Parts: sequence; structure tokens; C-alpha cells
Amino acid sequence: MPGPVVVFVEQRDGKFKRASFEALSEGRRLATALGVPLHAVTAGEGIADAAKELGQYGADAVKVADHAKLKTYANAAYARIVSRQAGSASAVLMSASALGKDLAGHVAAMLGTSVAQDCTELHVEGGQILAKRPVYAGKAYATLAVNGGPMVATLRPNVFKAAAPDASKTVAVENLPLDARDTDFRAVVKEILASASKKIELTEANVIVSGGRGMKGPENWGLITDLAAALGGAAGASRAVVDAGWRPHEEQVGQTGKTVSPTLYIACGVSGAIQHLAGMSSSKFIVAINKDADAPIFKIANYGIVGDVLEVLPALTAEVKKLRE
Amino acid sequence: MNIVVCVKRVPDSSARIKVGADNKSIDPAGVEYVLNPYDEYAVEEALKLKEKAGAGEVTILALGGPESAETIRKALAMGADKGIHLKEGSQGRDFIATAQAIAAELKGRPLDILLFGNKAIDDDGAQVAAMVATLLGIPFVSTITKLELNGRNATAHRPVEGGVEVVEVALPAAFSAQKGLNEPRFASLKGIMAAKKKPLEEKPAVAGEPRLVLVRLDNPPARPVPRIVGTGKDAVPALIKLLREEAKVI
Repeated sequence: MPGPVVVFVEQRDGKFKRASFEALSEGRRLATALGVPLHAVTAGEGIADAAKELGQYGADAVKVADHAKLKTYANAAYARIVSRQAGSASAVLMSASALGKDLAGHVAAMLGTSVAQDCTELHVEGGQILAKRPVYAGKAYATLAVNGGPMVATLRPNVFKAAAPDASKTVAVENLPLDARDTDFRAVVKEILASASKKIELTEANVIVSGGRGMKGPENWGLITDLAAALGGAAGASRAVVDAGWRPHEEQVGQTGKTVSPTLYIACGVSGAIQHLAGMSSSKFIVAINKDADAPIFKIANYGIVGDVLEVLPALTAEVKKLRE
Repeated sequence: MNIVVCVKRVPDSSARIKVGADNKSIDPAGVEYVLNPYDEYAVEEALKLKEKAGAGEVTILALGGPESAETIRKALAMGADKGIHLKEGSQGRDFIATAQAIAAELKGRPLDILLFGNKAIDDDGAQVAAMVATLLGIPFVSTITKLELNGRNATAHRPVEGGVEVVEVALPAAFSAQKGLNEPRFASLKGIMAAKKKPLEEKPAVAGEPRLVLVRLDNPPARPVPRIVGTGKDAVPALIKLLREEAKVI
């Protein structure tokens, strides 16, 4: 009898992350296809009450490790808790967030297995889970199967659909003991320096407005952030722009930056170097604005405008704002 | 201070990747290989830590085919002291089997700091470092942009969604380097010459127990046929209409 699908649900300050609901919903789908139960596992402090909500996303059992020592992320301790719930599991899923990417490797090593990282598709074929994931930053896709033990997979945020919660569902919350070892707390988060601005994270954004060399200089970046703000999205940058010091590293999109899959990606003055295209070509809709009609970015854009971004962007932002009024 | 940096030989980020006829590997034609860019940050950090401490040894470790020796020499040319090349046969290897081979080599060696690149830009894993640390039983901090040593403790910065975690950790410990940690130095001509004479130990890599099987490798799904909406700011209304009515995204 195959074991449950286990989904690790991530929280910060007692709030569960949307990307974890995506993982739970996908977990529900897999569990149903495999004919096994879905278990939600979470860790933190003072979250036992809030965890009841996880049943509304289809979990058959909700297990909570609630302890002061788990308030902030402690990778080895969190991994100990998850791996103890996952010994006989069919699959262990979590979001490919900063936390999930870190946690998965610890969990897998404790279980003696590997990780299908940053998956964009999971399905069941002949009772077996197949995981599809981009490699070479999306220049190719690998399909993986697991040979014994659970399929440990992280799910790329924004790709899997989170189901609407079903408020009529209630599941009892089971408390897990803190059965981590002292040595599991050797790496401890002392504090979290919050970003000065309430920026939307690139990897979680539904809309990304990204700028390249065609923006001419950092002084024009307000045009990027204005459009991003009007669309409720995040601002990104090409490697050339980051290397030139116009924008910080964390905004870089591409093979040596962040790989993103938003619903809408607007590339402004980005020529489309191979390593940039690799990082964003899985976006659902791509708009390119560039004065060079031969720029490679136009080859993968759904819609293109040939023109100077410094003129097109203000017009575009004004139109978007009109729609939002 | 004993510092080990794990590095990997990967296709350059400007390489065009085409899936081979076997649907299991990439077509190697025209692909140039480099030292994984994130590993350069790890090597640079190791050299800086050694320079600051005024003593110590930086060892470069790579697992891979014969060509990986060249990758190790590149790191030696930057200033590392010696290399270990875990030679790979032709068997497939997933992240855990890679980690098992590295951990088997490092177990029992004197080690204060173990560094990795945040991820290799070929298989985009970001998993091996955490696995090696877990197998060695040492703490690990991933994707760091700052590292400060304070005796047998270290403080590292780790960017997460919406902020930066400040993580304290006791040595020995493992870290993975994110862009922003430092500016990797270029190898000098003198460094390149010296690297040729630095010790590079070769030994077979332990097989390990891979668990993930590659079923197939595919080219990315084709993008829809691109469309030029128009020229200049006059094209904006047409674009808005398409985004609203066809794409339905705004």
C-alpha cells in the first residue's frame, strides 16, 4: 500500500504562503490519482489554530510542529520534522521558495533520496509519479521518475493552480512533538532584515516588468517601477544592467539570476541574450519593447512594439492607469 | 583554517542547448564549458577568508569526467592551493549520488569551512550542498550574500522573499554562495602558470545510490508565433487591446 502524499506548508509570522497552497492543491491532485491520503505538515510558533485552514485545501490530515524554537526557519530541525513524517510517503512536496529549495535537500538527504527541484509539472502514469523540471534555466526540460522511496519535489511558484478553499471542510489538527536534535539548531536565524520597500518578490510575481540596456541609465528606472506598480507586479533587470551597477543583484532575471514564470512579462529595452531568455521564456505572455526590430527578444515575444522604450513606457503606463481607475 | 570549495564544469550561460537524438543528453556540438559562475563566488570567498586569517589551505574539489581537471586548474589559477578530482565513470548520477561521493571524500578530513556555488547552471539543482552538509553532519546556510567569521562562529546573510535572514552558525559549517557575495578575481598570468604546478589528486568517485531516473530530456515547448503590434508609442492602444481581449492578462 503506497504511503501518503506529504506537503510541507510554509508560513512566516503565522501566515501561510500562497505558493504552499499551490503545492497543497497539486498534492491533492496527486493523492487522488494515486488513491492515497494527503497530509499537510507545517512548523512554526503559535500556528496550531491557523493550521486548521489547511484542511480546506484538501488535506486529510494536518500535522503541526508548534514550538518557540521553530519560530524562524531552522533548516535541519524543520527537515527532521518533515522527514519523520515522510518515511513511507509516496511523495514529499513543497514550494520552490527560498525556504523550500533549502529544506528539500536536507529532507532528501535524511531520507537517502534525491530532489526533483523547481518542477513545473507533475503527473501520475501507471501508478508512478513523473516530475518535469526545467534544466539549463529552461533551455531544456527533464522528466524524472523515482527509483524507490518517496518523490521529493519542489514546485515552482506561480505555475501550479491553488484551489479555492472549501470552508465546509474541517480536519483535526495533530500536534507533532519537537523531536529534533540539539545539533539541528546549529544554524539559527537571528533576525530577518525586512526589505525597505514592500516589493513583490520576482519569483512570486504574476506580472514582471523588466529593463535592460535600452533604458539608457538607472535614472530612467522610475519608468519600469511605475509600470510594475500600475500592474501590481515586480520589477526585474537584465544581467547587463545589474553588472553595470544600475540595479541590485536580486532583481536579475536569467540563467545566473532568477528564473521566472509570470503570467505577463514585459521586457523593456532588453535585447534578449540567451541567458536572459532562458530565465523568462516560460512566462505565459511576453511583451517586448525594443528599438531594434532584429533583437532576439522579439522571437519569443507574443506581442512586440518596435520603438524607444523611453517614449513607449510612459504611454503604456498611462493607458494601464486609465484602465485601473 | 581548512577550506574546501566544491566546483563544477558546466556549459557557458551563452551556450545554445539542444537536446540530443537520444532524448537523454544534450548535443555537445558547439557547447563551451566553464567553471560554474556561482562557484567563482565560492572560490573568491575562500581566498578572501584565507587571506584575512593569514593562514590556511584552500582545496578545490570537483566531481566529473577528465575535463573537470581543467576546471579545477581554473580555480587554482585564482589562488587556491590544491585540487581533488573525483573522476566520474559513465554512470548517471542524481543530486544524492553526487552528494554521497563528495561526502565520502570529505569525511574524516580536517574541515572548517565548506563552500559551494548556490547552484550549478546546468541542472539548476541547488541541492547537493545541503545534502553533503547533512551527510557530513555539519550545519549549512544556503544562498549567502555576506559571510563574517568570529572565532569558531560565523554570521551569514541569506536573502529570502521580502527580506534577508541573518543566520548564526557554528563552525565547521557549509555555505553556498549567491551572486552579490563578492566580485571574483581574474586569474593573473602568474596565477595561471603557478596553477600548473599545484598538486591535483585524482581518484575514482564513489558510485553512490542514485534514486532519480531521467526518463527523458526535451526541448522547451515552442513559443507562439511572435507578433509585432506596431511602432513607437502609437502602438500602445493596440497592445492594450490585445492584452485585455486576447491574452486577458490585464
